[in-house]
Amino acid sequence: MMLDVLWSAILVMLSAAFVLAFIRLVRGPRLPDRVIALDLLTIVVMGFIIVYAVRSGQAAFLDVAIILALISFVGTAAFAYYIERRV
Amino acid sequence: MPALVVQWIVALVMLVGAFFILLASIGLLRMPDLFLRMSATSKAGTLGAGLLLVGTIVHFWDFSITTRTVATIIFLLLTSPVAAHLIARAAYFDGVPLWEGTRRDDLRGHYHTSTHTLDSVVRPAPDTEIPEMEGDDFPEEG
Repeated sequence: MMLDVLWSAILVMLSAAFVLAFIRLVRGPRLPDRVIALDLLTIVVMGFIIVYAVRSGQAAFLDVAIILALISFVGTAAFAYYIERRV
Repeated sequence: MPALVVQWIVALVMLVGAFFILLASIGLLRMPDLFLRMSATSKAGTLGAGLLLVGTIVHFWDFSITTRTVATIIFLLLTSPVAAHLIARAAYFDGVPLWEGTRRDDLRGHYHTSTHTLDSVVRPAPDTEIPEMEGDDFPEEG
């Protein structure tokens, strides 16, 4: 069925995004590169959770996405504070 | 299970959202410079996540879920630029090199490196390393 192909395409795109962001996380020449790669990885994982919530019909998983967005912001702010004080 | 048309709308909206997230990660990998990478991830990533959440709203179409999802979208739209600015500021102090094709750096010399405050007067402190750039800061037009 066409809809299943569409959902598979969504999951494939998210997986490719995860892999590409992870390559930047490993390679990234400096610490800020790794931090923004982690930021994008959090967004990709949020996407996985949202897709799973829609596919399984369990709206409770959306709370995980909210918490993940919150933790991502706090973590990025902490990393920025650390990088700025390190100099 | 919603009607078939609604399922198609949800799947298409979320497909576009996943595509934007993929674009953000391609930009993160391929852009030559930290600041260019950030301009790719912060904008496209937020748009992609927002589109995925909009698809969730259409799929569930329930008041409590809609409020939660809209709150998440607003939270993302508020925090993503703030986080990007924090990281960019910290990276600028850290001395992250700019792309060699950069024409202008308007912040050069305006930051106190010791106190981390902005100053409108350009005063290079003796301990700062100001990268010399090729060519004019203001390219002539015509």
